[in-house]
Parts: sequence; structure tokens; C-alpha cells
Amino acid sequence: MEPRSRSFYLLAGFFALFLLFLYAPTITIAILSFQGEGGGLTFPMRGVSTYWFRDLFEQQAVGDIWGSFRRSIVLGLMVMVTTVVVSVMGGLAFRKRFKGATVLFYLIITALVIPSILVSLGVGLLFSQSGLNVHWSTSGFGAQLTWTLPFGLLIMFAVFNRFDKSYEEAARDLGASPWQTLRHVVLPIIAPSLIGVALFGFTLSYDEFARTLMVSGSYNTLPLEIYGMTTNVTSPVLYALGTLTTVFSLAIIGVFLSIALLSNRRKSRAGSDAGKGLV
Amino acid sequence: MQKLRENNTLSGWLLVSPLVTVFLVFLVLPIVVICIVSFWRATEFSIIPDFSWENYEFLFGSNVTYRVFFNTFKYALITWAFTLAIGFTVAYFLAFHVRTLTWQVALFLLCTIPFWTSNIIRMISWIPFLGRNGIANSTLLSWGVIDEPVEWLLFSDFAVILAFIHLYTLFMVVPIFNTMMRIDKSLIEAARDAGANGAQILWNVIVPLTKPGIMIGTIFVVTLVMGDFVTVRLMSGSQSANVGRLISNDIALLQYPSASATAVVLLCTVLIVIGIMLRFVDIRKEL
Repeated sequence: MEPRSRSFYLLAGFFALFLLFLYAPTITIAILSFQGEGGGLTFPMRGVSTYWFRDLFEQQAVGDIWGSFRRSIVLGLMVMVTTVVVSVMGGLAFRKRFKGATVLFYLIITALVIPSILVSLGVGLLFSQSGLNVHWSTSGFGAQLTWTLPFGLLIMFAVFNRFDKSYEEAARDLGASPWQTLRHVVLPIIAPSLIGVALFGFTLSYDEFARTLMVSGSYNTLPLEIYGMTTNVTSPVLYALGTLTTVFSLAIIGVFLSIALLSNRRKSRAGSDAGKGLV
Repeated sequence: MQKLRENNTLSGWLLVSPLVTVFLVFLVLPIVVICIVSFWRATEFSIIPDFSWENYEFLFGSNVTYRVFFNTFKYALITWAFTLAIGFTVAYFLAFHVRTLTWQVALFLLCTIPFWTSNIIRMISWIPFLGRNGIANSTLLSWGVIDEPVEWLLFSDFAVILAFIHLYTLFMVVPIFNTMMRIDKSLIEAARDAGANGAQILWNVIVPLTKPGIMIGTIFVVTLVMGDFVTVRLMSGSQSANVGRLISNDIALLQYPSASATAVVLLCTVLIVIGIMLRFVDIRKEL
């Protein structure tokens, strides 16, 4: 191996600075959320305490934090399951080059690039003009899907573009029905990517703000609650809440990544039995 | 063959029917409603069906509109330049200077994790840095660079653009990294054998081959910035405006027709910008 060039160290330094830029603010508010009782929104720390976290659990003057947290999780799970199922179906469909696929593809791109506030405004107007009530589990759910589905579909397109069709042909030659081929060959092969789609579905929904703003009705999701707090809360309790939801997000990411890692490892261990020559 | 294709079309549409339903109800119909409502009139309490160009006339007749659109393009352009420079450098380092796949994946994940956490929290977390008594000011004071706290760090255009770069650089890194990983390494060896130095390889081989990734990243960043309204409100402390804020202000005042007219103009602007960019790249090939 050739020795590292000077540009490597320069670029590595740049990369380290970039990571610092990405993470330092979040770490700062994590530290500041342990601010002492009399402390403010910036340094210096006036002692170290868990006062603001306790505050979060006790007083409910600023609204319904825990209710909104619960709603965000339920909504996140709903969006996650829907995103996975609909994306897989869409991915399978797009392999067939059916008529109208191009139009649909550009619709997906439109959903991705359309300014979020238009979805919020449009869905809100649609519901109010047709006499329906907006609610986080109906209009909010649909509005979030317009954001999570394009990501799920793009991942599925990428997966199926790299999918080796000979596996399916082999299954068919062995007499598997189309459903059996899907269930026992295609789905297990794409399973790790589905974990990725699920991760996108849940976290994008859990943090989604702009598209949910006008369509969640009288019950807020957590990001909306936090947004409301930014205008009227000026104590580190805001940081405490921010730290808690970030820790929650990180835990979710950790869980999904470990599942992906484990399933990958199992696959490479169980792997192929080619060449073992049983028959 | 004809039969097979019809079969494909039928089963294809069956498979995408849930997708089509979601997009029809929550994307296409809402846009149609916005277009219709943009021709309505509003009183203080309600909106009245009508067909009038009033909202558009007001929009295009007002100086505020042009200023706000100019501001929106300014944010988009500056953010684009910075995210491109940073994103390209980071992706280049990951793709060509990190040698093992394990490290590439690990470092890449480290870049992407913030994307899965809350944007609002990430904006808020700049407050202790940029505030009047924040870390930036106290550091600069203690170094003697400045004599009194700088006021324009938080609640300014500077803060808005900093937050944009912080939030959206990832959208550059991912597509550029993706295209770079697909560059055949033998092309680079060939260039080196032919006598090209590092800078020449970068400029004449890698950059041209990375253009599709750059285009996709550009589309992401430009549309996200142009459609934003939260970042501008939070980070400028309501002192600057872009088109998104114009719309959200109208919404807050229940002026739905005028909000809709602005939204239609914004949508057309964004679609034109994307349309121009799509001429340079075939997205379907890049997946």
C-alpha cells in the first residue's frame, strides 16, 4: 500500500471539522440541559442538575408534551408500516415497465421537491372545503406520506436496479409459484433494505414539521409542540426536551442499524450452500 | 408480446394503486385546490368562491413580492455554493481517500445520522453558540478579536444561511458520494499513467463523472431552501422573509386565497428551476 499523501491529512482534517460542525451544537445543548436551577440559555453553567428534566416531567404549563410524544410515536409507526408496504409494491410494479410508469415516476419526484408548505396548505384547504375535520391520524398521516413515500420508493428503485433476476428464474424453474417466489426468494433478499425504508419512514414522520403544520388539527405532534415552545419558552427546559427527543431518535437509529447489521451477518453466515454438494 | 405488455400494465397499476391513491388525494388534489382557491376572494372571516385575478394582481403589483423572491433566490444560491463545496470535499474524501469499505460505511453513517434527528432541535441548538453571550462571542472577546459582542450572529441572514448549510449539506454528500463510488477506479489509474497529476485527475476525470450526483444534490438543496419557512422564521428572529414565510404569514391571517396565489407562483418557480436542472441529468439512471 502506498503511503498516505499530504492531501489525505488535509481532507481528513476537513472531514473532522465537518463532523464537529454537524455534532457540536447538539452536544452543546445536551450539556446545557443539565444547567443548574438558576441557569439560562447559554454558558456559563450555574451548577449541574437534572432540574430541567424533572421540570419536563412535572409541569404541563406549556401544553401537552407527553400526549404529543405518544401521538408522534403512533403516527410514526403508522407511516412506517404504510411506507414499507406501499414502497415494496411500487418497487415491484416499476420493474415491469408498465404504461404510465414515467408519469408516475415524475409524480414521485414532484412529491419530493414540492415546497412542504404547499402540501400543508393544500391538504388543509381540501379537508376544510369538503367539510372534513383535519386530524393528525387522517390528514396529518396522508401529508406525511407524501414526504416518506418518495424516499422509500427511491430506495426500492435502487435495490431492484441491482437485483439479480436469475434468483427468481431459478425459483421458477424449480416450480415455485409467483407468490412463493416473492415470499421465499425476493423478500428475504431485499429484507435488509426494507429495514432502511422503515427507518426513513419512522424518523422522517417523527421529526416532520412543515407538512404537518396545518393538518394535524387540535392535537399536536411533538415537533409542532416544540415549535410552539420556541416562541414562548426561554428556559433550558427547551434544551431538556430537545435532548430527550434526540436521544430517542438516536436509540431508534441504533435499533434499526443493529437489526440491519445482525441480519446481514446472519445472511453471510448462513449464506450460500453452493458447492457443499448434498445431492 | 402484446398480451404480456397488457398484463404488465394491469398488474403494474394494481401494485401501484395504493401509491396512486395517496398521491392523488394528498398531492394532486391539494395542488388543484390551491390553484382554484388562488382565484377566490377573502373577507376577514371567510373565503368566497370567485374567479378574480385580484390576488395575482396584488402579488405582482407589490414591491414586497419582488424583494422576498430576491431574498429566496439569494438564500438558495449562497446555500447551494457552500453545501456544494463542503459536500463535494466530504464525499471526495470518503470515496477516494478512505481505503476500506467498512470505514467508508461507518464514516458515511456518521454523516447521515443527524439527518434522522429533529430539524427544529438542530436549529435551536445554535442559540448557545450564536447568542449575544454565546460561545462564539465570548471566544472572540477573549481572543481580543472584537471589543464588544457581535450582534449579527443570531437572528440575521448569517444565522439563516448557517442553519441551512448545517441542515442540508447531507443532501449534497449522499448523491455525490453515490456517484463517486461508481466511478471505475481504472479510469483514474489510466489518467495517472498518462501523466496527470492529482489536481488534473480531480478536475478532468472525477468532476465530470460526478456531475449527475452534483445535479441531484443541487435539486434537493435548492428546492428545500426555496420552500423553507421555518428556518427563516426561527433563525432570523422574524427579521427576514422568504416566499415560504410570506405564505405562512397569510395563512396565519386566514388569507387563504392570497396564500394560495403566492404558493402557485412559488410552485411554478420551483418547477421551472427543476425543469432546467433535469435537462442535465437522467435521474432514473442514477438510482
